[in-house]
Amino acid sequence: MRKTHPLVYFTLLAGIVLSAFPLYWLFVVATRANDVVGDWPPPLAPGPNFGENVGRLFAADDANFLLGLWNSLLSSAIITVSVVFFSSLAGFAFAKLKFRGRNGLLLVILATMMIPVQMGIIPLYMIMVELGWQNRMEAIVVPALVSAFGVFLMRQYAEQAVPDELIEAARIDGCSTFRTFWSIVLPALRPGAAVLGLFTFMGAWNEFLWPLAVLEADNPTVQFSLSQLSTTYYTDYTLMFTGALIATVPLLLVFVAFGRQIIGGIMEGAVKA
Amino acid sequence: MVTDLRPRTAPSTPAAGSRPPEQPRPRLRDRISRVEVKWSPYLFIAPFFVIFAVFGLFPLIYTAWVSLHDWDITGAGAFVGLDNYVALFADPDFWNSVVNTLGMLVLSTVPQLLGALVLASLLNQKLRAVTFLRMGVLLPIVTSVAAVGIVFSQIFDRDAGMVNGLLGLVNIDAIDWRADKWSSWTAIATMVNWRWTGYNALIYLAAMQAIPKDLYEAATVDGAGKVRQFWSITVPNIRPAIVFTVIMSTIAGMQLFTEPLIFGQGSFAISGGSLRQFQTVSMYMFEKAFRDFDYGYGSAVAWMIFLLITLLGVVNFLITRRSR
Repeated sequence: MRKTHPLVYFTLLAGIVLSAFPLYWLFVVATRANDVVGDWPPPLAPGPNFGENVGRLFAADDANFLLGLWNSLLSSAIITVSVVFFSSLAGFAFAKLKFRGRNGLLLVILATMMIPVQMGIIPLYMIMVELGWQNRMEAIVVPALVSAFGVFLMRQYAEQAVPDELIEAARIDGCSTFRTFWSIVLPALRPGAAVLGLFTFMGAWNEFLWPLAVLEADNPTVQFSLSQLSTTYYTDYTLMFTGALIATVPLLLVFVAFGRQIIGGIMEGAVKA
Repeated sequence: MVTDLRPRTAPSTPAAGSRPPEQPRPRLRDRISRVEVKWSPYLFIAPFFVIFAVFGLFPLIYTAWVSLHDWDITGAGAFVGLDNYVALFADPDFWNSVVNTLGMLVLSTVPQLLGALVLASLLNQKLRAVTFLRMGVLLPIVTSVAAVGIVFSQIFDRDAGMVNGLLGLVNIDAIDWRADKWSSWTAIATMVNWRWTGYNALIYLAAMQAIPKDLYEAATVDGAGKVRQFWSITVPNIRPAIVFTVIMSTIAGMQLFTEPLIFGQGSFAISGGSLRQFQTVSMYMFEKAFRDFDYGYGSAVAWMIFLLITLLGVVNFLITRRSR
């Protein structure tokens, strides 16, 4: 292969600057005072006002930002653990166990993956009213405890990552099916489960339409809280940007820690069909 | 691990004869374990199906039932048949939201996927710092979605925004990006493009890396240039990935909600601007169901969105089949 043309690097770096700039701008404005935000040329270095902005953000009553942050952390964590566990369990069953109706049920899962679940939010809301879960985090967590995409992903992963002999050997040793799953299959599924967990967490963290429908401003998720800021404080850019920055930090940390796995997940798992 | 002779275990009669009967009552143990083997798969998939049936499938189907009623916050009213749909077809606000959604869909999907193709073919060169470059293009998808809306709302602000500042450098008057259809669509589509181009590029990159190198070598020997190779070898070979991304972006684009809502700011947020210039169908459904509490009508909108997505899926399918 020939040596790579410098122009390739130049274009790629330009692309990365475009990718990173809005994030950097988020950081700059969050550390500035309001009167310089609209200046031209725009301020490109961070300023000293971050602490003050955070103070104002936490004091902004109608946004309930801290509660929103806590709600999102807690619900996203529960959803992630649950989706990973139940998807691995069902994925293992679909990939490695024989039972009547297996192919039919798998087809049902495949079909439901294509249906946007958000289309059902009106009856879902009615269910929540029946259960008394309006404005409660149960409404956010419980419907998201399982995922068709997750089951499908883990089935694909289990198919190739768990050798049949391993299961057979466990069986001969007298392991129950669940014991086999727990101590033999689950460890082998770990890399796939990590990718699923990362995507699930990011998805749960970014969920917006459903929280907006079922929650109230006094018990928001972090995205809800941000939208609340943008309706009531929309001239106060430093306040909104500070909130947006804090709401992005958990995802950024996940990305820094697991970036390689995320890239691997997108490149391996996304297009299998 | 090496002796992978049989693809699948079929333990219908487990442990039968595989062990000498040391236990006093092997029969009972056998029976228990047979029952266990037979039923545990169902137990394993049950949590998914139970929760999904209650909170996923049932609401979806029930939406159709609600849409046939005059149903509001006080509960089910009269059965009205297709009246909601008839009203919907004559509802200019609904069609306006459909046009807006399709407009933003085109403005976001086309540049996004073309950009991803270019980016992927650049990333597919022999490069240093591969991980850094890949993480760099993927950075936007880790930005929380409302944050994207907030940042770009400011960047596209009429008075304080950077885009108008840059346009001022080339003597173009400041644009009120929220005021018109095209300008607001452009601003919102920019958010979507920014967020997803790198993601799609990685999907294409994965597909490109699976193309056998000798195809390119043969083409080079035949005198085909880089551009020719790109269109005649790369693109046809990653067709499944392209189809996949087109379908996924279409489904996501038809449900566009957060970005335009945040872009709207203030009290006109859910109506997508004072003249509904950037209200999407999802926003219209939300407005009908959760602002006006007209559940019947909102459900009819929901089903129309579903039908539109299906329709676009069929169109996608036909186009990609023909161009084979």
